[in-house]
Amino acid sequence: MSDLTRLTLAEARNGLASKKFSAVELNQAFVAAVARAKSLNAYIVETPDKALEQARASDERIAKGEARPLEGIPLGIKDLYATEGVQTTAASHILEGFVPRYESTVSANLWRDGATMLGKLNLDEFAMGSSNETSFFGPVISPWRRKNSDAKIVPGGSSGGSAAAVAARLCLGATATDTGGSIRQPAAFTGTVGIKPTYGRCSRWGIVAFASSLDQAGPIAQNVRDAAILLRSMAGHDPKDTTSVDAPVPDYEKAVGASVKGKVIGIPKEYRLDGMSAEIAALWDRGVEWLRAAGAEIREISLPHTRHALPAYYIVAPAEASSNLARYDGVRYGLRKTGKDIVDLYELTRAAGFGKEVRRRIMIGTYVLSAGYYDAYYLRAQKIRTLIKRDFDLAYQTGVDAILTPATPSPAFALGEKGAADPVEMYLNDVFTVTVNMAGLPGLVVPAGLSSDGLPLGLQLIGRPFDEETLFALGEAIEEAAPKIALPEPWWA
Amino acid sequence: MSVDLATVRRIAHLARIRVSDEEAPFLQNEINSILDFVEELNAVDVEGVEPMTSVQPMAMKKRVDMVTDGNIVEKILANAPAREDGFFVVPKVIE
Repeated sequence: MSDLTRLTLAEARNGLASKKFSAVELNQAFVAAVARAKSLNAYIVETPDKALEQARASDERIAKGEARPLEGIPLGIKDLYATEGVQTTAASHILEGFVPRYESTVSANLWRDGATMLGKLNLDEFAMGSSNETSFFGPVISPWRRKNSDAKIVPGGSSGGSAAAVAARLCLGATATDTGGSIRQPAAFTGTVGIKPTYGRCSRWGIVAFASSLDQAGPIAQNVRDAAILLRSMAGHDPKDTTSVDAPVPDYEKAVGASVKGKVIGIPKEYRLDGMSAEIAALWDRGVEWLRAAGAEIREISLPHTRHALPAYYIVAPAEASSNLARYDGVRYGLRKTGKDIVDLYELTRAAGFGKEVRRRIMIGTYVLSAGYYDAYYLRAQKIRTLIKRDFDLAYQTGVDAILTPATPSPAFALGEKGAADPVEMYLNDVFTVTVNMAGLPGLVVPAGLSSDGLPLGLQLIGRPFDEETLFALGEAIEEAAPKIALPEPWWA
Repeated sequence: MSVDLATVRRIAHLARIRVSDEEAPFLQNEINSILDFVEELNAVDVEGVEPMTSVQPMAMKKRVDMVTDGNIVEKILANAPAREDGFFVVPKVIE
């Protein structure tokens, strides 16, 4: 039998339906691939027994003609999603050993549709990072390498385990989350497809909270079709999340391959940053030409508050994080360091349990929310957020259907190369993605080419609220036109 | 705006994170670097702009005020680092 891990999700689904192979065979192939890939450190916990047990149940359903949309499809789950009976850590020491007694809504939706679980994927601690180097369980190594080099490359973050696992064929798709670019930046760094849906499209219930007004769940997959298939199962209204939207979930796969003729694509001039690398500028220009050739109308637009999005994000996100992470107190779950009194217990537990980046962000958030500073920082940042969203609203009102931008300012970098001296250097990775979270919009990243040193580069499409379908159609048009990027061969196995 | 060492200590206490004497100056530098980065926001004209309070324009959903869950003490305490007789255990809080 040919190597089943080389299939796309859609191919595997069709192969199972036509009984070319069984769900157990498919899952065994992935379980073996995961076991061979420990050097990438993509998984924090592997659950081979669970995957195979679910696969056996899937084979029974397929035999009875009762297959569900994701029947027998092996997935990886970002370790930010609570999984009943399986350790959930957010890649933090403070949650090491935590075993939820409940299941996140999004992962429950995937199991409802027949998917199987290979394990829990590594990430930046509490999803705070852009390189997956802040995980308590060690960095994730990208399956990608520069030409003629064996330097270890980061997969991006925070969903670095998700992106690396998909690119290394250690699952057919992965769940991820995105607060400032955590789905899209790692997808761009690994030559995979990631979509952050509109805020409210997926339930946040049971996902460890970072910044609640920015967090959204979404998939990372090999291609646009696979991402569309996964999002349909993940999305939907949930009474347990009051910000989840009560609107029907379209069959996103139907949008893949739809014509993009006549679609109006906005090209925001403010994204052409001073000092933008020639390589990224050229990639963006090629994206414009591909969409024009597919029949789209290209229009220059202005989003004047773009440059304020990243600084405003570094007020809003840490502020919400400092509040959300107050719950880790050493009393109800997770790590506990004994102290002489309750305050001592809190302070020692949190100092020992949180890593450097998380402590820094909680401190910033505490400061900007503290008495006397709230108006100057937090309130001002939320007003600027209104201005950022208004920029997009105005562009869409003039008839723009979607906006095309680069995904990242550079290709992936080597471990330890960025942010050691100044945290802001790492934050700049999210300069093109963070506006989308601030405005609550959907954003899709598709691979579009390789850098001069042989690493993947992506383009981002930003859509109207709840118009993920247009993004899937346009994303597939870029996928069709762009040079095909072969995933790396397994040097790690 | 920038923070001094005393402010770093005050923030750390508010955040309930113990910061050592060696660590404090590094944190001070890092926090000031981030505060420098967000400084440009002071130049933005926000006169008359409403702060964003809801990402999607929608009315807050309300549920019926009734008990829908309960009798799950074991589930709630399952991950507790210290427990006794169906309660979480903490150091003595009042004399």
